[in-house]
Amino acid sequence: MRAFTRGLLGIAGFLVLWELLGRSPLIPAEALPPPSVVFGELVTQLTSPDFISHVVATVLALLIAIVIAVVIAVPSGLVLGSIPAVRHATRAVIEFLRPIPSVALIPLALVMLGFGPETKITLAVYAALWPILFNTIYALDELDSLLVDTARVFGTGRIGVLFLVALPSALPFVLTGIRLAATTALVVMVSVELMAGSQIGIGYFIMEARSGPGRMDQVLVGTVVAGAIGVLLNNGLERVRRRWVAW
Amino acid sequence: MSNMLEVADLGHTYGDHEAIGGLSFTVRAGELVCVVGPSGCGKSTLLRTISGLVAPSRGDVSLHGSHLAVVFQDYSRSLFPWLTVQGNVEFPLRSLPRAERRKRAAEALEWVGLAGAARKRPWQLSGGMQQRVAIARALAYRPALLLMDEPFASVDAQTRFELEDLLLRVRREHDTTVLVVTHDIDESVYLGDRILVLSGSPARLVADLEVPLPAERNQVTTRTDEVFVELRSKVARLLNVGKPAAMDVEKWAAAERESLSETVSS
Repeated sequence: MRAFTRGLLGIAGFLVLWELLGRSPLIPAEALPPPSVVFGELVTQLTSPDFISHVVATVLALLIAIVIAVVIAVPSGLVLGSIPAVRHATRAVIEFLRPIPSVALIPLALVMLGFGPETKITLAVYAALWPILFNTIYALDELDSLLVDTARVFGTGRIGVLFLVALPSALPFVLTGIRLAATTALVVMVSVELMAGSQIGIGYFIMEARSGPGRMDQVLVGTVVAGAIGVLLNNGLERVRRRWVAW
Repeated sequence: MSNMLEVADLGHTYGDHEAIGGLSFTVRAGELVCVVGPSGCGKSTLLRTISGLVAPSRGDVSLHGSHLAVVFQDYSRSLFPWLTVQGNVEFPLRSLPRAERRKRAAEALEWVGLAGAARKRPWQLSGGMQQRVAIARALAYRPALLLMDEPFASVDAQTRFELEDLLLRVRREHDTTVLVVTHDIDESVYLGDRILVLSGSPARLVADLEVPLPAERNQVTTRTDEVFVELRSKVARLLNVGKPAAMDVEKWAAAERESLSETVSS
């Protein structure tokens, strides 16, 4: 409870600072609207179907990207983590691909996939793959040999060990990987929406608000909502981990 | 009495290190045999070859029954933390119908006095209780042979006595054939019908001793019994306790651990 109170105090302090900065003559009023203005606009926008559809578009694309990333990365991680030969063969390629920033792939993705939601989903998947893949491989490295021995003496074969022992024991690490991946995917998703002519989504909303009417309060509403989505995803996945994999 | 386990000229070598140097012995049905030897003498390797985790370099292990079960020393790493106590006990029974699985798990938990803990997770239990879960899991599997690797070495002295008596009671009630690997001389005399004394590396059979104690044992009276005291000194003498080791046991044990981890990762 005290931690919660301190957290609230921190947020309150941040808002006061923002309000003061916004109203001070140091920064032009139209460049940084104070939170009182932004939250007023937020209430207005949350009742606007147009804004809600932008939020839904981003959240939906984000969820699809996370699911695809999990479906690709977890099985790949299991294979790479349990068959050293495959891991050695793919190491160079993975080490080359991993550090490429997803946003650097925007032009390529646009040419290959066009301007639809496929582009931002693909790039978000690309960004989300790595934390999940590496956490899965790491989890298999950490797999306790005694658990494997136990399963084997009770008549479990190779495949059985993979699904009955390796996978459940990797689950906490995999979930942590998914949590990290979700945040990364959100960053990439909004970035792509901002930079590459998607027609819907929070990033698009932010870009429109700035370049059209120059409504910085709306820009900040978009920013706050994107941040809130990130916090909710992170906390939600952390709760799932604590609830279901509490060992 | 028929033989449940026959080990013939069993030998195992890791690289240059000979861990087991030609062991031959048998375990009769319903018998509790203790294998005692100095630390790092290859007892773990012996257990791994008998259980089929490691293929021996030479010799034969034949089990007269369909399967065996193992209770490892480190219960905290041998129980699956994502399964409940019941789930752990049911683990070896996956091929059976659900109702049968439930019945056998409940029964085995009853035997070890943990009927009330079925829905708990292993890590919510004390060390002694966790090892009882591991014993229940092995018993539920109805093995032809129950192999135990230093089963009570990681619990406190009080719990250790309780678990030793639990093992004696359970194997008597269910006529289980048991092979206990231990480095504890007192434990081997207290538990065993027979004691196999191994020499230091490479492990060779030094003596095969009958334990002329009554089947009913008691932590207080048995341990002060003249027969007990005499036998434990005899085993101690056979193991060269108190004399400087002929070779560097520590160095050898490290080599064995290293090669074990290699076999695990390959």
